[in-house]
Amino acid sequence: MIVSLVKRPEQSQSMVYVSPLIALVFTLIAGIIMFMIMGVDPSEALYAFFVEPLTSSYGWAELGVKATPLILIGVALSIGFRAGVWNIGAEGQLTLGAICGGGIALWLYDVDSFFVLPLMIIFGVLGGMFWAAIPAFLKTRFNANEILTSLMLTYVATLLLSLLVHGPWRDPDGFNFPESRIFSDSATLPVIWSGTSLHLGWVFALAAVAGIWVLMSRTIIGFQIKVVGQAPDAGRHAGFSVNKMVWFVLLLGGGMAGLAGLFEVSGPIGQLLPSISPGYGFTAIIVAFVGRLHPIGVLFAGLLIALSYLGGESAQITMNMPLAVTGVFQGMLLFFLLACDVLIGYRIQWGSSAAASATGSGAVSNEVPNG
Amino acid sequence: MRKTTRLHNVIKGVTGVLVASTIMFSVSTASAEDAKVGFVYVGPVGDHGWTYRHDLGRQAVEKETGAETTFVESVEEGADAERVIRKLASSGHNIIFTTSFGYMNPTLKVAKQFPNVKFEHATGYKQADNMATYSARFYEGRAVIGTIAGMMSKTGVVGYIASFPIPEVVRGINAFALAMQKVNPDAVVKVVWVNSWYDPGKEGDAAKALIDQGADMITQHTDSPAPLQVAEQRGVQGFGQASDMSAFAPTAQLTAIIDDWDPYYVSRVKAVMDGTWTSGDVWEGIDTGMVGFAPYGDAVPADVRAAADAVKQGIVDGSLHPFTGPITNQAGEQVIGEGETLDDGVLLSMDWYVQGVQGELGQ
Amino acid sequence: MGEVLIAAVLTIITAATPLVYASIGEMISEKAGVLNLGVEGMMLMGAVCGFAAVNATDSSAIGIIVGMLAGSGLSLIFAVLVLGFQATQVATGLALTIFGIGISSLIGQDLVGIAYDGLPKLPIPGLSAIPVAGKLLFNHDILVYGSFVLILVVSWFLRSTRSGLILRAVGDSHDAAHAIGYHVIRIRYMAILFGGAMSGLAGAYLSLSYSPLWIENMSAGRGWIALALVVFATWRPWRVFTGAYLFGGITILQLHAQALGIGVPAQVMSMLPYVATIIVLVLISQDHNKIKLNAPACIGKPFHPTS
Repeated sequence: MIVSLVKRPEQSQSMVYVSPLIALVFTLIAGIIMFMIMGVDPSEALYAFFVEPLTSSYGWAELGVKATPLILIGVALSIGFRAGVWNIGAEGQLTLGAICGGGIALWLYDVDSFFVLPLMIIFGVLGGMFWAAIPAFLKTRFNANEILTSLMLTYVATLLLSLLVHGPWRDPDGFNFPESRIFSDSATLPVIWSGTSLHLGWVFALAAVAGIWVLMSRTIIGFQIKVVGQAPDAGRHAGFSVNKMVWFVLLLGGGMAGLAGLFEVSGPIGQLLPSISPGYGFTAIIVAFVGRLHPIGVLFAGLLIALSYLGGESAQITMNMPLAVTGVFQGMLLFFLLACDVLIGYRIQWGSSAAASATGSGAVSNEVPNG
Repeated sequence: MRKTTRLHNVIKGVTGVLVASTIMFSVSTASAEDAKVGFVYVGPVGDHGWTYRHDLGRQAVEKETGAETTFVESVEEGADAERVIRKLASSGHNIIFTTSFGYMNPTLKVAKQFPNVKFEHATGYKQADNMATYSARFYEGRAVIGTIAGMMSKTGVVGYIASFPIPEVVRGINAFALAMQKVNPDAVVKVVWVNSWYDPGKEGDAAKALIDQGADMITQHTDSPAPLQVAEQRGVQGFGQASDMSAFAPTAQLTAIIDDWDPYYVSRVKAVMDGTWTSGDVWEGIDTGMVGFAPYGDAVPADVRAAADAVKQGIVDGSLHPFTGPITNQAGEQVIGEGETLDDGVLLSMDWYVQGVQGELGQ
Repeated sequence: MGEVLIAAVLTIITAATPLVYASIGEMISEKAGVLNLGVEGMMLMGAVCGFAAVNATDSSAIGIIVGMLAGSGLSLIFAVLVLGFQATQVATGLALTIFGIGISSLIGQDLVGIAYDGLPKLPIPGLSAIPVAGKLLFNHDILVYGSFVLILVVSWFLRSTRSGLILRAVGDSHDAAHAIGYHVIRIRYMAILFGGAMSGLAGAYLSLSYSPLWIENMSAGRGWIALALVVFATWRPWRVFTGAYLFGGITILQLHAQALGIGVPAQVMSMLPYVATIIVLVLISQDHNKIKLNAPACIGKPFHPTS
């Protein structure tokens, strides 16, 4: 049986919505096979992954908490990726945001006032922007590739946080253990759904989705980003400054990552620790692409991937499944999601005629054997 | 993979969100006979170090008490930890062990919300009515291997591969250095921090660097057997960490400090089952077996064995405290005088080196 | 002091070797226009499978081959997704890393705690007796020699062979390459599989030689460093080699500095390799055009014959 892809004359609008569902169906089928091979009841396993985490209001709130940093960073990164700027150091920018914002919380530990939290938010954003400004400067001034600089700076940021919480920022009453004081009430994010841990950050995440959507679809700068990303030369001819674009998207990404970091430490964590993020900055890259670099898509992708993490925990708790299985299952889910997006631009053709015509190497051939 | 709650079969895929959540709530008070025990790990069970030893303890609990156990691996200290602990508490677990220092505040938070569930936090200092803390006096073990190193090191220089500058690690370095100096007053301990709990490559590289700089003995406060493997290759000697690592270094390992959580876990779970569990703070050492040792390697001569055994015996019967004065810090200031000992509060928060330790603590 | 220096260089060689393999593999893949961020996952796969094979057969040769095949096998998933299904390369690569970490620890569950002596050293007769140089260059295990040979072969391949030229053409302009009649997809498949094999080999080096054992996640981020080194090297094999040795070198030297008792906090010392890499990149990136010449223009872009 030969399957081939045929390019659609226009993108399929229905597939934009249907392809993730197809991916889910494939994930379920593959999951059933995988769990059966492992000798696990597939229905229980799938229940643990996708349903059990959401069987309480608490679970829904946790989903929002887990998705908040992914969405905040994911929407901002998606703009950078559209512009062809490869900021893969959001994790470091998140860390700097936590350091700068958290630093304010420690500095104003004894101050009980409404302005502490806004000040922390501002410094969190500035911290992230500062860390992203380094790759931006090095790229625009010295032509240094941002993939390397932003990634390397992530390691530096983590070590910087480690230096601070193992040293000067330790809790003075904490027996020199590596963690800061627990932030005061006025430095802690308000919970927006009482009885759960859903915090103000979730509102910011939703606002970011809306804001970025407006930016990309309604403003000149959004238009410029799309043009520069697709055809840098055309952008240059049109008089757009590529350097300005690089600065803009890196600062935006850094600022949002910094915000996400600040929300983590002043929300669910409530203090500075040596490790404050289980790799949100990296996972957000996947979120951006699974969301097809579109703000609304990123919103759903963030929620779905957050759910897969919660599901992984629940599979460990309710079924004694090792963490490794979670990774394998998550990987499969992502593979299917990414693969099924092909249906938006292409349709699948069954049969062997396509293969025959594609073996010719002429540029006129419009079909090619798939894999 | 074996035992899952009956609950699941009932509501699987049928009931709606609300019904499910109310049932979830009602499970949280399970009877003591079929105790459910939860463990939260900071690393993967396959790290062959810290987490691996806790998981052996979990397996001992299953075997000896018949209790059902659950574990969650590689849980990030911070937001994820609180969620996981809460999830364990709300899904019918009667006692939950959180096995890393960074879980202290999340454990406390959840403990307040689940007064009927017992919590046990490793290596922390905050307790509650339903939250106990436990830790091992690994520094006692360090005093034993320090004695061996002092007697057997020819160069008097020992390399110490360390993870992060926390009191636990610093305490171990100092205990080791003091014990070594007791035998050889000129002994020097060179410390290299690798900023990781386990990264076999880097730990091995650190061991090589230390050996190249004159260390003829290696010890470590990181998880992997890589430093000992290097010692074996280079023909120097060393000590295993957390487990007996003689399989990796049959001639190089002189002995190993073993983390043995099994008896503690079993006794605490039994206490929950028969209703005698009370909160508290234990810091156990060689006397209870929480700090254990691997058999001496063939290279350890009889007089060294005797001296090491004497140190063990002295610690067990209380005649010897590893932190007995005079103790001088790196700057040359005397911390305590002849015959005095450091109290637990000082030990718990130790953030300075004794004299003879080379290196800088990032403060 | 001379002895210490030689010993330090030997340590640097072992630290750099896995980076050389993984970066060279990734570079070939990127030269063909494919960015595979799954290096970390493929390394772990190579590490666990190589170790499992040695454990089962007692043959280090089989271990090395199995490690290579395992890396390739995992990269095949990536290849099918990005070439067959036009999936986004960046995200698919990251997903591959998640998948690889998971599956390697599943495979390795029963291998934790098992010891292996490590690949045998193969001193080259005669040459290894030369003072200093003999120790530094001619007394290694097979995979270290292999990394030297790999650099030579790959740089010759890219510069002087027709196939190398085709590979670069495919990465620089897939449409033009396709129009001339090259099988863009087939060439990319081969490049990805080669990249996977080299990552697998890097992993096998970790678990068979660098620290001969299996522990979950034992690559500890080296796959990411390898990715960065390709960029650092501006897609040139000798610079990959330089970058790997620079990074490995500073990592080892900072350990030595600590052992000497230098009065700088360890976290600051640990930052050095990263900071140094950035600084050197800045210094060598000045010439915009030179870099553009080497950077594959089509990197990350999907290809379909009709697009």
